[in-house]
Amino acid sequence: MIELKGVSKRFGDHIVLDELDFTVADGETVALLGPSGVGKSVMLKHINGLNRPDSGEVFVDGMNVGLLKRKELARLRSKVGYVFQYGALFDSMTVFDNIQLGITDPVTAEDESFCEKRVLECLGLVNLSPDTAEKYPSELSGGMKKRVGIARAIAGQPRYLLYDEPTSGLDPVNADIIDSLVEKLRDELGVTSVVVTHDVRSAFQIANRVALLHNGRIRAQGTQEQLLASKDEQVQKFLGRDLDITLAQLQRYRHGSTL
Amino acid sequence: MADRLKDSQESWRLSGQYHRPVVTLDIRQVVGRLCLTAVSHVGRLARLVLEIIRGLGEWRVWVPLAFEQARSIGYGSLFIVILTSMFAGAVVSLQAGYQWVTGSIPIYYAAGVIVQSVTMELGPVLTALLLAGRIGARYAAELGTMRVTEQVDALESLGRNVISYLIIPRVVAGTLMLPVLVVIADIVGIGAGFVAAKSSLGMTNGDFIRGATFFYQPFDPYYSMIKSFFFGLAVTIVPCYLGMSTQQGAEGVGRSTTGAVVSASVIILFLDAILTQLLLK
Ligand SMILES: Nc1ncnc2c1ncn2[C@@H]1O[C@H](COP(=O)(O)OP(=O)(O)OP(=O)(O)O)[C@@H](O)[C@H]1O
Ligand SMILES: [Mg+2]
Repeated sequence: MIELKGVSKRFGDHIVLDELDFTVADGETVALLGPSGVGKSVMLKHINGLNRPDSGEVFVDGMNVGLLKRKELARLRSKVGYVFQYGALFDSMTVFDNIQLGITDPVTAEDESFCEKRVLECLGLVNLSPDTAEKYPSELSGGMKKRVGIARAIAGQPRYLLYDEPTSGLDPVNADIIDSLVEKLRDELGVTSVVVTHDVRSAFQIANRVALLHNGRIRAQGTQEQLLASKDEQVQKFLGRDLDITLAQLQRYRHGSTL
Repeated sequence: MADRLKDSQESWRLSGQYHRPVVTLDIRQVVGRLCLTAVSHVGRLARLVLEIIRGLGEWRVWVPLAFEQARSIGYGSLFIVILTSMFAGAVVSLQAGYQWVTGSIPIYYAAGVIVQSVTMELGPVLTALLLAGRIGARYAAELGTMRVTEQVDALESLGRNVISYLIIPRVVAGTLMLPVLVVIADIVGIGAGFVAAKSSLGMTNGDFIRGATFFYQPFDPYYSMIKSFFFGLAVTIVPCYLGMSTQQGAEGVGRSTTGAVVSASVIILFLDAILTQLLLK
């Protein structure tokens, strides 16, 4: 369970989060939508303690993140996978070593043959070929880096996963592969996830619940149907535009394929 | 670490302010601000040192990484250290020759001057200053880049201790390699001094050994090593600290890098004066 209670955060005079409340139940996948610069990444970083709230509390797995000692925080973080918006790969290490660092359990991390198997398995899960393993991040394309970042985050089989725009910059085929990976992790392993995304269509597809961040708070949240039925002006504006586009694309595609 | 992110931002803003022209030329305000920055930097550095000491327990993590770092520092710096100490030793010797022509002081004294100035001052200080440029800049740039590209955050997000993965290997490697390089610099410097003295002063082997041993004291090698050890800490910890508190992209990395070289060099010169006072009573 992930719980943010009255979390406020400001950078200088700029208030990013304003008494924000947000809950994710165990085994649930919540998609977090919101315009660029609204504080989605900042909110995600509060969940694994990379950012500290100015006021308010963050609970993950029943623990108050702000009160944890260094060792406890490290143990919690090894259960929380984080996919960085810009990959944040260790650029002096190969892809293999990057993903291997994601295997956070100290006992299995010692087992070399297990690690090798796991790294290759994770590469497969994000649709990268095994020979990517020996490359350095600088030799990869943007979308490949992104997928290595996802592979690294899932390598340690975390119980929580925080995805910061996992599919932005990916082609539709790979975006679909990542989307179904998110679903698979939830359904097969019961992973609890928060997915920050700009892609309304994929948000609607993978999430149990969708939330919209606006002006430092969760403006609206609920199931897909509830959000679509919402009379809230912001929600309408945000969903409407994107859904129009995706519907139009969908129709054009159907049109094209039937002709 | 997360609150360090915020804190260091504030400290950079603070120090950024007096690069701008100060509109109110109120001396108290300027001095006050300077003191505030200095105090906040010293406080953060002290905290980093404490964290380094605490992190030493995770030797399984940092020992292999430290070896890697040490190897690259050692090999990478060998050439420039040898070159510099060779010239330093030879020049000291030639200058001594210039002063000894009067003939009123025995020639073997010159050997004492050469050996003492190379081992006690030039070897450690020149090597440390070279490494401040070589590895200080490198550490600050590496860690600064890792900070601004969120690699530091990524390491933390994987439950890893940034101190034992990134800082301790660098500090240990530098602090161990500097004394080794100083020993090499001393040997090369003395050798070059000897060769130069032979040709310019007409010093014999006997003179040289007599002079070198005449002034030698058992504490000298320790003195040289103690100095190098502290220089090693300065050359590594300060750049690591500045690298980790980098803000604002490429420009920030540049600022951290130059800041690291300058402050490490200044600290070496200060430490040199202080340690000489303390150790040579
Ligand atoms: N370290 C920081 N220092 C200062 N301001 C910051 C910092 N991190 C984030 N901000 C500010 O917080 C706000 C929210 O940033 P955030 O990265 O969370 O946006 P976002 O919702 O993820 O946007 P995007 O969809 O474009 O990624 C921005 O206005 C940004 O300027
Ligand atoms: Mg973001």
